[in-house]
Amino acid sequence: MESILVLTHADDSGVALSKGSLEAVTAGKELAAKLGAQLAIGVVAKDASAAAGVLASAGAKLLGVSGEAFAQARYATDAAACEAIAKAAAATIVLAPGSSRFTRVMAGVASRVGGTIDTHVTALGGADKVEASRWYYRQRIEAVLTRAGRPWFLLLDAGTHAAFAGAAGAATVEAISVDAASRTTVTGFKTPELDAQTIRPDAKMLFVAGAGWTKKQPDGAVHVADAGKLILGFLKNTSASLGSSKSLVDQGSEGNSVLPFLTHMNQIGQTGATPRHPKGLATCCHGEEPHVVGWRFIGDRRAVSLDPNCGWTRGKADVVYIADAFAVMTKVNELLAARS
Amino acid sequence: MANALQIVVCAGIVPDPLQTLEPVTNPTGPGIKNEMVLPAVLDPWAASALYEAANLATKNPGSKLWLVSLGPKAKLQQVMMTVAQKVAFELVPVDGPLGGFPDAHSTAAALASAIEAIPGIDKTKVLLFGGWESASRGAGVTLQLVGEKLGIVDQFQGVDQIDVRDDGSFEVLERVEGGRHQVSVCAGAPAVLGWATGSLAEPRNNPQIGMANMRTIMPALQKAKAVTLDANGLSYVSAKLPSQQRETRVVKDMTPDAIAAELVEWIVAE
Repeated sequence: MESILVLTHADDSGVALSKGSLEAVTAGKELAAKLGAQLAIGVVAKDASAAAGVLASAGAKLLGVSGEAFAQARYATDAAACEAIAKAAAATIVLAPGSSRFTRVMAGVASRVGGTIDTHVTALGGADKVEASRWYYRQRIEAVLTRAGRPWFLLLDAGTHAAFAGAAGAATVEAISVDAASRTTVTGFKTPELDAQTIRPDAKMLFVAGAGWTKKQPDGAVHVADAGKLILGFLKNTSASLGSSKSLVDQGSEGNSVLPFLTHMNQIGQTGATPRHPKGLATCCHGEEPHVVGWRFIGDRRAVSLDPNCGWTRGKADVVYIADAFAVMTKVNELLAARS
Repeated sequence: MANALQIVVCAGIVPDPLQTLEPVTNPTGPGIKNEMVLPAVLDPWAASALYEAANLATKNPGSKLWLVSLGPKAKLQQVMMTVAQKVAFELVPVDGPLGGFPDAHSTAAALASAIEAIPGIDKTKVLLFGGWESASRGAGVTLQLVGEKLGIVDQFQGVDQIDVRDDGSFEVLERVEGGRHQVSVCAGAPAVLGWATGSLAEPRNNPQIGMANMRTIMPALQKAKAVTLDANGLSYVSAKLPSQQRETRVVKDMTPDAIAAELVEWIVAE
């Protein structure tokens, strides 16, 4: 008989659970209902009782670790907190959000309680046993796996389940005491200026800029400054998130002319992210990485490219426009500005 | 030499990202068709870790850098012919299976054993580097598990920068959600740093470094300990290429203005 624990943590506000945590709660409730298993939910936060208010109607036993040390994401304290909750719950299946906070610690926690772990889980299935779907080789191969050993920790990718939205109330949380000793101090965050932040995980659209923006144009010259204005103009008009191909990002570290607002953080594919957005528009991109790996979880995909024979867009994009992205995006920005 | 560091970089080898991969079923589980003959490279994230480690070692005279890698000896030798020309290191090879499908816990155990067996290493002074994920399994757990097995409880993932201070403490920038970095200060080694891309470009090939490295790499490869990786209860139901293939509409005969108009309608549609 399986028993299920969902580990959650507070968001940046410290008084509410993160969206990923609420998605994991939904996954836990669904799995518990399917298996007829008992469900427990663990909360790691500065004030676990306050953060757990939304779980009052979840129909689960609530366990919490609270304290100033748990307001911040840090390996030593988060691992100790999750270890203590996991031991108290003694569950056979442990679900948790694949957030940066829990991705940092959960393998260590699994190791401490004698369990195993799989991450980037995109679906939970199986008829008479739990099966997890995840991708290998940078989103090129999809596998379904299962494990005989318990406890089995599963980190769920963001966006794979709906966020739990129960009626808020006074939740009864069993407090668990944890030693919060650590040699690490979190001193803050480095965040780009508000108008310079081009990575927007919740945006409806991902705009992908390829290396073609910095290549010679039909007049024989490069127009990096113009490309920058067009791209930033589009982001301003649409509030889209900006992704880029590896080749474009790498040009910066190789001393070539680049778009100054691009960093490795913007990169999708190969050594970059595989973000989730409902729509994606790729411009001046060529190659497998942006179109296959970076776009795996993009819903509706369009591309503007000068290369009618780019095999990577065929079968990957819904629409490919064979055109000069400078000309197209200039007009797109004009039309969007007129609408606003 | 107050800050002479002991840096261990764990790095796997993966198929060149430009190769087309096809899953096959082997007696031991899923694998990649012709994986042994596909061109291989050092895992891209782990390569970033290696370059950052070498840079750190150069800045801190007296430091020592080991590269621990698990894979078939022949494949390791092939990849090292290139990697060895980049930066100076001492290779600690572990002769084991290739690929992303073997269990990460067994892989971590083999790597931890290899690290513990390095002559002269002091686990209390180790900075354990690696990629925050691999380009094969992509789980981001192996390095963390190695750290746990070595008793290291200061761990950082998605690292883009480390600044070591005179007193041995260091500041770390880790990637977190929303395009931000979390800034932390750690009292000092031992620590685990799973690197994202860092900020260094790939070093140019330096034949002199290559020759110096190869003097120790070839004997190390000959003596590499062979390991088998236990499945650890892991079994695969399936491993396949995604079946989704989109019907791409290729538009060749529209003016930029017409394309822009169509795009804007698409962009603003809910």
